[in-house]
Amino acid sequence: MLDLTYPAPKPKVIAGAKHDWELVIGLEVHAQVATKAKLFSGASTRFGAEPNSNVAFVDAGMPGMLPVINEGCVAQAVRTGLGLKAQIHLTSAFDRKNYFYPDLPQGYQISQLYHPIVGEGEVLVEMGDGTARVVRIERIHLEQDAGKSIHDMDPHMSFVDLNRTGVALMEIVSRPDIRGPEEAAAYVAKLRLIMLYLGTCDGNMQNGNLRADVNVSVCRPGAYERYQETGDFSHLGTRCEIKNMNSLRFIQAAIEHEARRQIAILEDGGSVVQETRLYDPDKGETRSMRSKEEAHDYRYFPDPDLLPLEIEQAWVDDIAAHLPELPDAKKARFLGDYGLSDYDASVLTADLDAAHYFEAVVAEAGDGKLAANWVINELFGRLKKEDHAIADSPVSPAQLGGIIRLIKAGDISGKIAKDLFEIVYTEGGDPARIVEARGLKQVTDTGAIEAAVDEIIAANPAQVEKAKANPKLAGWFVGQVMKATGGKANPAVVNQLVSAKLGL
Amino acid sequence: MSELSRLTIAEARDRLAAREITAVELTEACLAQIEAADALGAFVHKTPEIALERARAADARIAAGEAKPMTGIPVGIKDLFCTKGVPSQAASRILEGFRPEYESTVSQQLADAGAVMLGKLNMDEFAMGSSNETSVYGNAVNPWRRGNDETALTPGGSSGGSASAVAADLCLAATGTDTGGSIRQPAAFTGIVGLKPTYGRCSRWGIVAFASSLDQAGPMTKTVRDAAIMGAAMMGHDPKDSTSADLAVPDFEAMLTGDIRGKVIGIPKEYRMDGMPSEIEALWQQGAEMLRDAGAELRDISLPHTKYALPAYYVIAPAEASSNLARYDGVRFGHRAKLAQGDGITEMYEKTRAEGFGPEVQRRVMIGTYVLSAGFYDAYYNRARKVRALIKKDFDDVFAAGVDAILTPATPSAAFGLGEMAEADPVQMYLNDVFTVTVNLAGLPGISVPAGLDAQGLPLGLQLIGRPWDEGDLLNTAYALEQAAGFVAKPARWW
Repeated sequence: MLDLTYPAPKPKVIAGAKHDWELVIGLEVHAQVATKAKLFSGASTRFGAEPNSNVAFVDAGMPGMLPVINEGCVAQAVRTGLGLKAQIHLTSAFDRKNYFYPDLPQGYQISQLYHPIVGEGEVLVEMGDGTARVVRIERIHLEQDAGKSIHDMDPHMSFVDLNRTGVALMEIVSRPDIRGPEEAAAYVAKLRLIMLYLGTCDGNMQNGNLRADVNVSVCRPGAYERYQETGDFSHLGTRCEIKNMNSLRFIQAAIEHEARRQIAILEDGGSVVQETRLYDPDKGETRSMRSKEEAHDYRYFPDPDLLPLEIEQAWVDDIAAHLPELPDAKKARFLGDYGLSDYDASVLTADLDAAHYFEAVVAEAGDGKLAANWVINELFGRLKKEDHAIADSPVSPAQLGGIIRLIKAGDISGKIAKDLFEIVYTEGGDPARIVEARGLKQVTDTGAIEAAVDEIIAANPAQVEKAKANPKLAGWFVGQVMKATGGKANPAVVNQLVSAKLGL
Repeated sequence: MSELSRLTIAEARDRLAAREITAVELTEACLAQIEAADALGAFVHKTPEIALERARAADARIAAGEAKPMTGIPVGIKDLFCTKGVPSQAASRILEGFRPEYESTVSQQLADAGAVMLGKLNMDEFAMGSSNETSVYGNAVNPWRRGNDETALTPGGSSGGSASAVAADLCLAATGTDTGGSIRQPAAFTGIVGLKPTYGRCSRWGIVAFASSLDQAGPMTKTVRDAAIMGAAMMGHDPKDSTSADLAVPDFEAMLTGDIRGKVIGIPKEYRMDGMPSEIEALWQQGAEMLRDAGAELRDISLPHTKYALPAYYVIAPAEASSNLARYDGVRFGHRAKLAQGDGITEMYEKTRAEGFGPEVQRRVMIGTYVLSAGFYDAYYNRARKVRALIKKDFDDVFAAGVDAILTPATPSAAFGLGEMAEADPVQMYLNDVFTVTVNLAGLPGISVPAGLDAQGLPLGLQLIGRPWDEGDLLNTAYALEQAAGFVAKPARWW
């Protein structure tokens, strides 16, 4: 298998009023674990249920209730860790993060501060221009989600929905390796893709099942390299954390804005205050949520209701042995086995359904490059017109494979193939039968074509003279023959016969 | 009839089995005693309807030949246990009106075994206290008095109501919980037996949490045999409690042979405290001699980190409590303060918790919050955890060297007068736990056995500490001590 190696992208440079600046970005991505039950209770995690209908006594913080770990969530975290080539910690532990809020019924969130289940890993983030950033993962820990406070239902009261309370989240923490807004968005997109492949998070950002806190600082060119050499963070600028963003577009816009805000402060001779900020997508700006001084003292301590979480290497090995092929491996295989271009391989692996579809077409048609062309150019284009997802494609891989097989056998021309595709798309049916039934089959019978060529040469003596003088004009005869045969003549055969008859 | 409530569990079981009495008669006898004992303040919620219903069911079960050892036995349940549909408020105002939709595992196991719940028992608020004086219901009173002196004495705490009820024969036995001595100290103050099992033996599910790594339920009974019977019914693995041990519970009663020949009893020198009453010193000595006379070998041992136990305990327990009690915020259940116009969520929290928690609970929540706060965590909480590990190691070493059980006094004094400590530094009250907290910190089983009376006629107890998970052996040693001590005194009835 090919190893995917790319040069690193250049860091984004923002020109300030006085000089150039670079960005340093690290992300904490919160991914809801795809499981049926919550992290420490048997309550359902189904989205969109009636408020407060998916709530166990322990989720509501009732007296005397105790958490019991859901093994399925642990397996998903391990799976995610393995997918990010990360270290799996056989012993981890849960801590309580204490703060008061009505949607946090226990008065603490159970998290893993001191001993996370997953340690260091890495993610290859391709930028689509032949460069890619390797972003290091610092850790992944399991924690409980909070509920939802609803302030706009009543002028005097707030309401609380505990359905989400206690749902398992994975917090995936990156190192400050990301150097621009586009990289940040691409990083989140890649994490999302990997988790979709793994089946560990449904990646639904709109529902808040995947959201990110972004740490942004700015520095002068060269400073980041000094940080890299020394590991000394003091070479970097003071960071601000932008909380809770659930769109790739917002992530980019917020980083861009936040960097410019910091640059303006610094160039004015001021200093950036470390704080937590919120992004307002309507105004396109970030605003202060709380400063470092106002930061909560969470009083983390080991949760005495839970023993350390011990897992066995054999169990981890078993999960590892059953991991699906991941995006990088799939892409490398598409490049190596099918000879696809980097672009085509990226497009086809960026969506697991597309990759599966593509491979099913190849299995049918036996030609990777041709299959990639047809899937990306014809199928995707056609689906996009009607805003269909690939899963809803009216053309099955077997049908598209059938069309490609007909092209390869020389039974139909490329042009006819496109017409055939449209017929299959709108009307359905077996491509080979349609070709038979509608007489779309390409004419390769030399006799029939020869007759047509002779007829046209005989009818157009003036054109024959011109073509003999200028062989480029032979194309006119080819066109006429194709027209006469309803496009079904094999163009190669026509070319050859026209040249021969004209004595070119 | 009134004599029936004086029975032990074992006696009642045998008489029920012999059809000499019925569970309904036994229950009615207890209910009558309870009605006449309001002065003791032991029962804070009475459940006669539930009791009689369960008694009738028990009689049917006995008639059908399906009785278990606890079938038909009337017991009281500490208010810390959540009991379905019955007020369960941990003796706190903040849980005013709270009737859980669920039953704690321990009380459910007792019910499943056929035990009859008579009602809920008084305690210190959230089990924080050693005198039952922090209860929102007002204190329970010790049925024992100093001779003819009418001064009301504490039954101890936090399981003061349980101790008072058992000692006064209002019920045959009661559940207690023990975080730093809350079963053993009140048992000692009232002349009954109190067993704190190994941490993890009894499920904590459905018991209002005080300090999760220390809390453990256990039986409070009239005899060691009863502790064996009731303890076995309370213990067992519960998948709903992650700290519950998946170990079989042996037939403890069958292990009560009284034969302790060859057993090694450790006498820890660190438990000889300055200023300890000579009577307690003497009782300890006598207890050791009794065990030696029964064939055990006495061995002087050292548990060098004992002196750090109390400070470590008063860091760890409040730290956990400060977090465990965060859920009492007035949002979902229990007390919510009346709010003024314009008050927001912060005012709701502050007013609710200020009104709902008594001063001792507030003190511990504040201590706990402080020791966990940034900048103090390492100096207090982390250091206390290290001390805890050393204390556990002290015990591990001693047991590894062949000691079977450790004998200590249960308390540094006999029961004191209610209100006597009101003006004292809270630390004076905390000193009550000095002999018992080590056992919680190390997660070991401990039992308090009544061993004699002081000069004023008040009961004194001795504590035996056993190897983890070996309650059977510990109970047998306690049984031998009980036989030798021959404690049969009962408080003179004044209520």
